[in-house]
Amino acid sequence: MIIVGELINASRKSVAAAIENQDPAVIQKIAADQAEAGAHYVDVNAGVFVGREADYLKWLVTTVQAAVDVPCSIDSPDPKAIEAALSVHRGTAMINSISLEKERYDAILPIVAGADLKVVALCMSDEGMPKTVDDRMAIADKLVNGLLRNNVALENIYVDPLVQPVATRDDFGIEFLKAIEKIMTTYEGIHTLCGLSNISFGLPERKFLNQTFMTMAIAKGLDGAIVNPLDSKMMASIIAAEALMGKDEFCMNYLTAFRAKKFEF
Amino acid sequence: MSIIDQIRDKTAVGDMNTVAELTNQAIADGIAPDDIIQHGLIEAMTIVGDKFKKNEIYVPEMLIAARAMKTALGILKPLMVGQEAKRLAKVVIGTVKGDLHDIGKNLVSIMMEGAGIEVMDLGVDVAPEKFLEAIKAHQPQFLAMSALLTTTMPNLKTTIDVVAEAGVDQNLKVLIGGAPVTQKFADEIGADGYADNAATAVDAIKALL
Repeated sequence: MIIVGELINASRKSVAAAIENQDPAVIQKIAADQAEAGAHYVDVNAGVFVGREADYLKWLVTTVQAAVDVPCSIDSPDPKAIEAALSVHRGTAMINSISLEKERYDAILPIVAGADLKVVALCMSDEGMPKTVDDRMAIADKLVNGLLRNNVALENIYVDPLVQPVATRDDFGIEFLKAIEKIMTTYEGIHTLCGLSNISFGLPERKFLNQTFMTMAIAKGLDGAIVNPLDSKMMASIIAAEALMGKDEFCMNYLTAFRAKKFEF
Repeated sequence: MSIIDQIRDKTAVGDMNTVAELTNQAIADGIAPDDIIQHGLIEAMTIVGDKFKKNEIYVPEMLIAARAMKTALGILKPLMVGQEAKRLAKVVIGTVKGDLHDIGKNLVSIMMEGAGIEVMDLGVDVAPEKFLEAIKAHQPQFLAMSALLTTTMPNLKTTIDVVAEAGVDQNLKVLIGGAPVTQKFADEIGADGYADNAATAVDAIKALL
């Protein structure tokens, strides 16, 4: 399971302040905590700073990688900001994300084409948000084939089928889950990845729902998640679900996590 | 309990079938459809909005109440041909250009309709010119816009500017909302009101009437 740590996001007030004050200590602590908790990628987002995003994203990548030896997930729709961030990035970065919205597709494709990058392919098009499995597959198909044609390796593609809140339509949970399964079986070797906290919008006990939904998605084949790695219950759920899915040889990760007290909340 | 009060209470808890039965019974009793709407359905949705604001109920409970209300309206509307239902206000609503998020905007529309407000929903990815066209065509008192992305927030301002430049209606009030939007931002771009959820959007309209 690929874990992308979501906490360095400028929509969080403390992070925005640290970015504006160019305070590396705050950012590096969040990066180190997430890596320590199991993040394989550290997401960096400076989207709220219109006009300054490129500079800030570059600074974030440098700052994060000075503290931890993990690649970043570069979270921006702006090709200039992404390129600025990539210019200082060490290792194989993840680009978060391309979608089928024409403007975004045309902007991001040249960056990832033939490059040694991971790319999140978000199931969204100019037609709107997908609701059903078929909506999602129609978008995923165009995205995946477009990326393959442009020399992006299948195993570098992380399809995000787009989670919508179950509070607003009863079948939003199940249609997403079915889409995970269909994507994973249709394109063998591809990955799926998502941030799934949207599922619980409009309902109480959101963390509990998110965690339950995560285990259900893992059961359908989900193998990547943008989460808060410091949410110990969420991380424990992921470890347990992976073992239950036969993705943990001799349950070694599960037992290692147990001995590291990751099941003590 | 009067039948209108029963309609109100059953609508508020989303009991669609009982609401339909009670509505038919009220019609048979000779109660005016507009009374049923004003004192049964709209009052029910006001109760729902208040509870939602206090976190006593959640989004699905708001939606199930709205479904019960729509069921009753479906029965009442054919009986009201030729009569104008009383409307609190008229609103043109949409998600700004470049932004495809519709869930919050739809919830706002539902609660506005529940409050007896006429809603013209232009959908998502609405260009400033499209908003302007709709304002000219429908002459609403309110323009309500949503933006869910930091990258599309500037389009709230662009739309306000385009509408202001066209000088269609000096009294038109503009309401904005969406996850990254704040009261501060609303003030900066010259919006008249801001709401952070579907129930307070209705309050914002009432406050500006």
